[in-house]
Amino acid sequence: MSILIDEKTPILIQGITGDKGSFHAKEMIDYGSNVVAGVTPGKGGKTHHGVPVFNTVREAVRETGAQASITFVAPAFCADAIMEAADAGIRLICSITDGIPAQDMMKVKRYFLRFPKDRRPMLVGPNCAGIISPGKAMLGIMPGHIYKRGSVGLISRSGTLGYEAASQLKELGLGISTSVGIGGDPINGSSFLDHLVLFDKDPETEAVLIIGEIGGPQEAEAAAWIKENFSKPVIGFVAGLTAPKGRRMGHAGAIISATGDSAAEKTEIMKSYGLAVAPNPAEFGSTVAKVLKRA
Amino acid sequence: MDVHEYQAKEILAAHGVAIPPGTVAFSPDQAVYAATELGGSHWVVKAQIHAGARGKAGGVKFCRTYHEVQQAARDLLGKRLVTGQTGPEGKPVQRVYVEVADPFEREIYLGYVLDRKLERVRVIASKHGGMEIEEIARTTPDEILQVIVEPAVGLQQFQARELAFQLGLNIKQVSRAVQTIMGAYRAFRDNDATMLEINPLVVTKDDKVLALDAKMSFDDNALFRRRNIVDMNDPSQSDPREAQANEHSLNYIGLDGEIGCIVNGAGLAMATMDMIKHAGGNPANFLDVGGGASPERVATAFRLVLSDRRVKVVLVNIFAGINRCDWVAQGVVDAVRQEKIEGVPLVVRLAGTNVEAGKKIISESGIPIIQADTLADAAQKAVAAWQSVK
Repeated sequence: MSILIDEKTPILIQGITGDKGSFHAKEMIDYGSNVVAGVTPGKGGKTHHGVPVFNTVREAVRETGAQASITFVAPAFCADAIMEAADAGIRLICSITDGIPAQDMMKVKRYFLRFPKDRRPMLVGPNCAGIISPGKAMLGIMPGHIYKRGSVGLISRSGTLGYEAASQLKELGLGISTSVGIGGDPINGSSFLDHLVLFDKDPETEAVLIIGEIGGPQEAEAAAWIKENFSKPVIGFVAGLTAPKGRRMGHAGAIISATGDSAAEKTEIMKSYGLAVAPNPAEFGSTVAKVLKRA
Repeated sequence: MDVHEYQAKEILAAHGVAIPPGTVAFSPDQAVYAATELGGSHWVVKAQIHAGARGKAGGVKFCRTYHEVQQAARDLLGKRLVTGQTGPEGKPVQRVYVEVADPFEREIYLGYVLDRKLERVRVIASKHGGMEIEEIARTTPDEILQVIVEPAVGLQQFQARELAFQLGLNIKQVSRAVQTIMGAYRAFRDNDATMLEINPLVVTKDDKVLALDAKMSFDDNALFRRRNIVDMNDPSQSDPREAQANEHSLNYIGLDGEIGCIVNGAGLAMATMDMIKHAGGNPANFLDVGGGASPERVATAFRLVLSDRRVKVVLVNIFAGINRCDWVAQGVVDAVRQEKIEGVPLVVRLAGTNVEAGKKIISESGIPIIQADTLADAAQKAVAAWQSVK
């Protein structure tokens, strides 16, 4: 098993005919993802990479039964695209787009509240590398070949630091059940916690590696929840020990602006809740290996 | 993006927030002229920089005569002001704000932030204005008032009224405070602000409620639809390296170490800095060339990193995903030749797609590049190179 996606998940690509959408659509199809539809307003009726294109998400869902979507939509229009997917009944929306205004994301999160909890869509991202269940399906922009199939769950804010972790694991012969990038924005969709809940129930996942960043309360929240509820070993890391206060480190959300935002504080919180913390970003793999051996 | 106090006040005034009469000035003569135009008998001359705590640092001067106004402007303009929030280098003062200084009775704190946890706008107020919010939170935490704004409908009048009454204002002051609280909220929302602080908001003897100081920051992601805010940008307030990076849409933050970093991805860039520190060195900068890391961007990144004279070693760490290592390697080699990089050891770590082809391009280029296989290896080699040239 794996979480969120597998080889059967019918996938829809919003913005499939754009440069980025088109490139990554092909990558996803080549990896084995079950891409069933694309949406580009005004290009309905055409096919792209052999996939039928529709004008609206609603039409695409009706015609193809798509259940998950990925958005390659410009920042100014992306919140709208996410809400369109949610309204059409898509339950897993992955947004790659970097640069969505925070107030737009506030609107999106508020809009999601109109769905009852058991039918509320899961939003992954924005500003993330997406999701991959190695050997099964990819709903994202990562290089698929660096992921080996296995039993470690991976949740990371950063895309490339997630790649770094995946390759360190592979180097040690360790594989991944599913890797999720939750993105670097201050207001994002799903959090570490949302995915930990899923990993807890996934029999294939034996341990989870969570890689956070400076800024925001999500790492600490997850650590507290893990202590009380999580049955599997968790390895943590927070990037940005050397980051100065009050400066935005690339990601809009990576900024130390409140107490508890710094890497040192979050690392301490993780340790205090019993997580194994990787001492530095070169030891993701070895720390996971050590924990798995002990378990 | 940050703006100056006078610009924040312009925005607030446009949304119905009352402010004392004031004018920006770029020279001592202009400052005097501003004072004569404004009228009154007392003025403050305030240094306009993108940082707070100006008062304690001598950046706010109280004046009783035109001569004092001129002297104050002369003292401030053209200097660098160092406050508790600027860092040791301070910020250049190129403009002053001349404002009528009328006496006031009370100082209130009023702030708005985008709360990440609640994913809503949070309004914060306190009876004890005039000091930093951190200090208010420390000294009178129980008296901090808060209102959470429901994003679907925005801030409501009753919420502003409740706040105003809780602040202990009389009925005349309450209606003016409500206008201020609502107006400031609209200024926040309609300009995609991420932070707005009116501190102090003062109450005068004749029951006026005035924003005496104002600070605003805006969401960089929303600037595409806020031309008016972009026009307020003052590049003199940023590190010149950062201003240059901005022009090339690179994410760069200058630090004070010796090892320059060029990395793709914000998280990996932070991790690389952490790794350098772990290996015993100090990063000179944060630089995210972006997921793509095209040869042109790598070349620009080299120019930028090397413009910092403290940089003794450059570390390139690229985890190629959708781009390929051979392509990135060619970009690095071209950049080194173009920029004629000499005397600065260069450590390159490539990983991901087509890594072998990338390494081959580098080793066959004839350029003395130190290659590294892993993140740890790269950091150690960079620190060792720094120690050898130190």
